[in-house]
Amino acid sequence: MNLRLAATRLIPVWAVLAALMLGMLLVRLAGANPFVAYSELLRGAFADLFGFSTTLVKTTPLLFAGLGVAVALRAGLFNIGAEGQIYLGGLGATLVGVYLHGLPPVVHIPLTLFAGALAGGLWALLPIVLRVTRGVNEVITTLLMNYIGFFLVSWVVSGPLMEPGAPYPYSRALDPATNLPVLIPATDAHAGILIALFLALLLHLLFARTAYGFQLRAVGANPMASAYAGMNVRVTLVAAMVLGGALAGVAGAVEVTGLKHRLFEGFSPGYGYDAIVVAFLSNGQPLGVVAMSFFFGALRSGANIMQRSLGVPVAIVFAIQGLAVIFLAAGLAIQRRSLVLELLRARLKGGATTDAHVEAARHDAS
Amino acid sequence: MKVTGGRAVPAHGRDPILRMEKITKRFGPVLANDQIDLVVREGSVHGLLGENGAGKTTLVNILYGLYQPDAGRMLLRGRQVRFTSPRSAIRQGIGMIHQQFMLVPPLTVAENIILGLPPRRSAFLDLRRVEAEIRTLSKTYRLDVDPRAPIWQLPVGIQQRVEILKALYRQADLFILDEPTSVLTPAESEALFEIVKRLVSEGRSVIFITHKLDEVMHVCNEVTVLRQGRVVATLPTTETTPAALARMMVGRDVVLRLEKGPARRNGVVLQIDGLRAFNDRSLPALKGVSFAVQQGEVFGIAGVDGNGQTELAEVVSGLRRATAGRIMLRGVDVTNAPVRRRISQGLAYIPSDRHRFGVIPDLTVADNLVLKDFYHPPFAFRAILQPGTIRQHAAALAKRFDIRMAGIEQEVRQLSGGNQQKVVLAREVSGDPHLIVAMQPTRGLDVGASEFVLRTILAQRDRGAAVLYTSAELDEVLAVSDRVAVMFDGEIMGIVRPNEVSLEEVSLMMGGALRKPLLPPTEVNE
Amino acid sequence: MMLLESALLLTYLTAAVRLATPIGLAALGGVLSERSGVFNIALEGMMLSGALAGVLGSHYLGGPWAGLLVAMISGALVGVLLAYLSVSLGANQIVSGVAINLFALGITTFLARILLRPAGIEQVPAFQPVALPLLHRIPVLGPVVFGQGPLVYLMLLAAPVLTVFLFRTPWGLALRAIGEHPRAADTAGINVNLVRYAAVTASGLLAGAAGAFLSLSHLNLFTENMSAGRGFIALAAVIFGKWHPLGAIGAAFLFGAADAFQLLVQTFDLGIPYQLPVMLPYVLALLAMGGLVGRSAAPAAAGTPYRAEEA
Repeated sequence: MNLRLAATRLIPVWAVLAALMLGMLLVRLAGANPFVAYSELLRGAFADLFGFSTTLVKTTPLLFAGLGVAVALRAGLFNIGAEGQIYLGGLGATLVGVYLHGLPPVVHIPLTLFAGALAGGLWALLPIVLRVTRGVNEVITTLLMNYIGFFLVSWVVSGPLMEPGAPYPYSRALDPATNLPVLIPATDAHAGILIALFLALLLHLLFARTAYGFQLRAVGANPMASAYAGMNVRVTLVAAMVLGGALAGVAGAVEVTGLKHRLFEGFSPGYGYDAIVVAFLSNGQPLGVVAMSFFFGALRSGANIMQRSLGVPVAIVFAIQGLAVIFLAAGLAIQRRSLVLELLRARLKGGATTDAHVEAARHDAS
Repeated sequence: MKVTGGRAVPAHGRDPILRMEKITKRFGPVLANDQIDLVVREGSVHGLLGENGAGKTTLVNILYGLYQPDAGRMLLRGRQVRFTSPRSAIRQGIGMIHQQFMLVPPLTVAENIILGLPPRRSAFLDLRRVEAEIRTLSKTYRLDVDPRAPIWQLPVGIQQRVEILKALYRQADLFILDEPTSVLTPAESEALFEIVKRLVSEGRSVIFITHKLDEVMHVCNEVTVLRQGRVVATLPTTETTPAALARMMVGRDVVLRLEKGPARRNGVVLQIDGLRAFNDRSLPALKGVSFAVQQGEVFGIAGVDGNGQTELAEVVSGLRRATAGRIMLRGVDVTNAPVRRRISQGLAYIPSDRHRFGVIPDLTVADNLVLKDFYHPPFAFRAILQPGTIRQHAAALAKRFDIRMAGIEQEVRQLSGGNQQKVVLAREVSGDPHLIVAMQPTRGLDVGASEFVLRTILAQRDRGAAVLYTSAELDEVLAVSDRVAVMFDGEIMGIVRPNEVSLEEVSLMMGGALRKPLLPPTEVNE
Repeated sequence: MMLLESALLLTYLTAAVRLATPIGLAALGGVLSERSGVFNIALEGMMLSGALAGVLGSHYLGGPWAGLLVAMISGALVGVLLAYLSVSLGANQIVSGVAINLFALGITTFLARILLRPAGIEQVPAFQPVALPLLHRIPVLGPVVFGQGPLVYLMLLAAPVLTVFLFRTPWGLALRAIGEHPRAADTAGINVNLVRYAAVTASGLLAGAAGAFLSLSHLNLFTENMSAGRGFIALAAVIFGKWHPLGAIGAAFLFGAADAFQLLVQTFDLGIPYQLPVMLPYVLALLAMGGLVGRSAAPAAAGTPYRAEEA
């Protein structure tokens, strides 16, 4: 049994490795040597200060949003709307940063984060309410909300909040009191990563040690039995989704307050979707999300260098990520199937379970 | 020679239409069919008798092509056959009426009947002609089915007839009926037996799977008794008795012997007045149900599945909304109160489908045992879980209820059905509840596990709990209960004491043909 | 004045029909797939791959028709992948679909960079509107419906054909049965998994054609992520249309009309920021899902893999 558990934990790793191998093929197609390309990737991500700071910068939103998707996943929900929640989170933080002045950073910064969380959480509210009241599939509704959120921000940034005289749409500057402290001088790396790591730890403890985490797990595993045991399934689902949205919202807030200190149209290059990959590959475990988001942050950071020095398009990273999840889904399915077949062999078809037989078999085996 | 659809059929006689020889089928470590021999004579009704899990369904699934045997052979009309899919079995004239109907609810009767058949003339469906053909068949066999009705609108008894029509339409001459009366009222069952007799009088053959002894004696010419995958005996029904068959089925003298002391009743725990509710299809399921259950008594609900028992239990437990009426639990109005409220008032619930509703298969035994209580002390202080306390609690319960498992950290999904039910029992019963709602708690369990469940429930009753007990097995309900309410079509036809009523009267009540007074809880002077 | 207004209306309606086409084609594929019990989120990825494949096909194989063929094949291949994952392996259909979309986005962008740009491929031979003789003389309806490109006709033809297929042929009946009660279909002798494979692959064919429309009719080139979420709107159209082919393209027309409205706004500089009408189709789809459609209409078995030897 333990071997199987270990194998389950390893499947994401196999999936990523397999995807990377296929990625090598793609690099070949682009006319570069895969080994050189991958070493450029690694070098770009870690070897120098600038590269490492880029890795941190790219990891941060992935981590926040990945946690957001993971929370929902634990409750059995698919939060595909992280991208939209990121945008709304950025918008929320921007509103607080642009319209409030004269507050000290120790107040203003948490305020922006809170606004981001609130906006993201609210953006997730409609899909989940539709799901629990009308059974509407939250995958499509959250997807649609992504587009609406993107265009909403786009409109705000080219209209009401626009910096007068800007050559392309971006918002007015946020109050400097909202700027996140810089971690590595002369780089973009900001304190957002620390907040994210802290939240990841918090979430880990929440899941593993609290009654709420237990309830989340129970509802995600079997909502019906949880209802029979007295848990309020609807509230649990709504809370999980809103919390997920809030976390993704913070991702957006931190992107704005940590990097450019303005809201830009299209400021999220698909972090929300990457976050889905990260969360699935980590099976919803917060500590796993940390590892996976670092990995993909590094990929993104290194890929820029790879493109610059070897001409391999950055888009290869998306392809690799997609492949990783495909392999993961396949791997999990195969593994579940062999497990199920094994269980099935101990039961007979036709409605009833043969307990006498199973019990006999079990005692014979043990 | 009678030619049916291109197959030559031997003249009507007592030749075997089917011979299954030394059929063996294994599922992993479990030997579901162990060298089974079965001979079905043409024009006869051959019973296949056995308990849940004896291997009956596996055997006929092999015959129908859903499974392949590991060893053995089949001879149909003297020719060796091997079916790799139902399609080939159907082509050879075998028709199966499953326990759970294989009908697609949104489609009509006609569409269901022609499903899977290649088009006759053009590439398009000719539903009109099919409907006419169905009407003819329907009339010939007095099956009375409207071919244009969508399945979901039809009552269960009629749906079963559609299944039979399906087989007739495909010119089956060997019918397999798998526990057909499990969803019928006694009156509908009688109608079914008439249909079976009609089929047989035309030279068709029927394999009749059941676990009910009286049916075997009533309908079958011959019977094969299976136990734990092996054939115990095959003999004509004229040469045996129900008691003998029962002994063969179980391997020992089986009488549902429950040590039951007299009920020690006290105050009323559960009071139901004028309860109304809808089922999942928005049809009225409860039409004004009223009764009361006392401490220290088992109140049984008898009736054919689908007459409101499930909905009643769900409304009482808080899983379904009552649209009218009142539920009082220990004097507190809990009508439409959340489940947790009722739990804190002393409600325990043993659901009918433990796998879906009773346990969370992916969670551990320990987790499942605290499913109702994990959020409050001693299992959690200020929302922080106390794993040590949880584990201790689980270990103690596992010992007390003799749950066979590899450890409390094992996933419940890996436990056998009987042990899973023990987990449910342990959790629900260990808190000394005031009201236990038990929905078919012995479903799918073997004799040993069932006895354990019933003994536990009776022990609770002796302790002073009130028990609301439903089961599809009438014998069980009558044996366990102090009072029994018989439900039909969402109403209570009568509340009686089991020893004061005849089986015939109960049957009539189940079929809606008789009403009796509703016996109130006894006045107690203790 | 009247002439101007009616000309405007005609232009608007024509645009609406045109813009509805990719959504409609993809939605028809979605209907097939979901009716067979497979939730197809990957329509977006199928469309995108079809768009790229169409451009490559048109450039290298001589014209938009070749491009269309290649596009449909590529969409079908993605369909086979999805079918393999969700039908043969029984993987979670949502995860599989999302993964395929991600992969498609990455691979099409990647391939576009290394195949199109170096070879200098930008604009490719595309479909031209074909006015159907006689028919397009009908007032109003004529130019709007019958003066469109071939792919529009494909969609308009496919819808009734699929309707007849689903409701008047034994195979359509089998498909519908599988989506509602696969076990019943199985015991009736139908090969459930095979039919699902076929349905999902067919949805790929149609979604691939939808992609070809984008790159060979709507525009005549490929841009990154040019499907821009139309695959998801198509899903909403399926639901809005209650899983009926005619309903689905009806919903697609609605979405096309909203999309066309955006063009109207931009042309006439009505002072409304362009994002608002652009948002409209998505909002409509959301409303459709949330308010106007009941959940009982969905095929009952959609989303769950079918295992033969399972209780």
